[in-house]
Amino acid sequence: MHYTFNIERGNFTDAGQASSSVKRTLKQLGVDPANIKRTVVALFEAEINAVAHAYGGTIDVDIDGEKIVMVVADEGPGIPNLDLAMQEGWSTASAKVREMGYGAGMGLPNIKKNTDDLKIDTQVGVGTTVTMTVYLT
Amino acid sequence: MTVKEIIEKLDLQCLNEVNLDTEVTGAYASDLLSDVMGNARSGQIWITMQTHKNVTAIASLKDIPAVILVRGGVPDIDMLEHAKDEDICILVSKDATFQVCGKLYALIG
Repeated sequence: MHYTFNIERGNFTDAGQASSSVKRTLKQLGVDPANIKRTVVALFEAEINAVAHAYGGTIDVDIDGEKIVMVVADEGPGIPNLDLAMQEGWSTASAKVREMGYGAGMGLPNIKKNTDDLKIDTQVGVGTTVTMTVYLT
Repeated sequence: MTVKEIIEKLDLQCLNEVNLDTEVTGAYASDLLSDVMGNARSGQIWITMQTHKNVTAIASLKDIPAVILVRGGVPDIDMLEHAKDEDICILVSKDATFQVCGKLYALIG
């Protein structure tokens, strides 16, 4: 099964809709609750990252009997130092984003903890593609 | 202890009367949304001063039955609408986080 969602820059109001929709689908498919939880945490964080930092993007989710593959691809500033970005507590979020309770530097670490495979392709000034896989078996 | 019993014991205002008979398994207090995403567990009540729609988005994703807004927090209109769509109970306390946590810990900690 394949699902596609759009990400709009700075649109926090609708953030979480993709995760919510994927959660409903996984529930209907009878996926183990622990795997549903891991999937939605990772997808929500990636979605929020794109909303907060990028200029727009897409989310592609593929579900089969073995795994869930989520690709969050954005056009944006890219991540200049990926090692720093992966460190818990490191954040470049704006004051506005921090006021909302984001920007604690926990997003990428949360994604790492909740996925079996994480690949981040990023190019400064072009954008970032985050590919996350959760294995169901 | 159920959401309804917590409302009575903590003298909370209820803005969306759902999940009242749901058994609460514990509580998580945080205003950092990724902290809640990463560390709160399903069935817990969430104590926060954040009042925007992403709170209900996260509560729904994490299967959190009720959110307590501290210090008389007023939810944004779209947050309350979303809470109704997603069946999240929205509660308001006049107390600050510390007092709410202390009272709740004495009940279910």
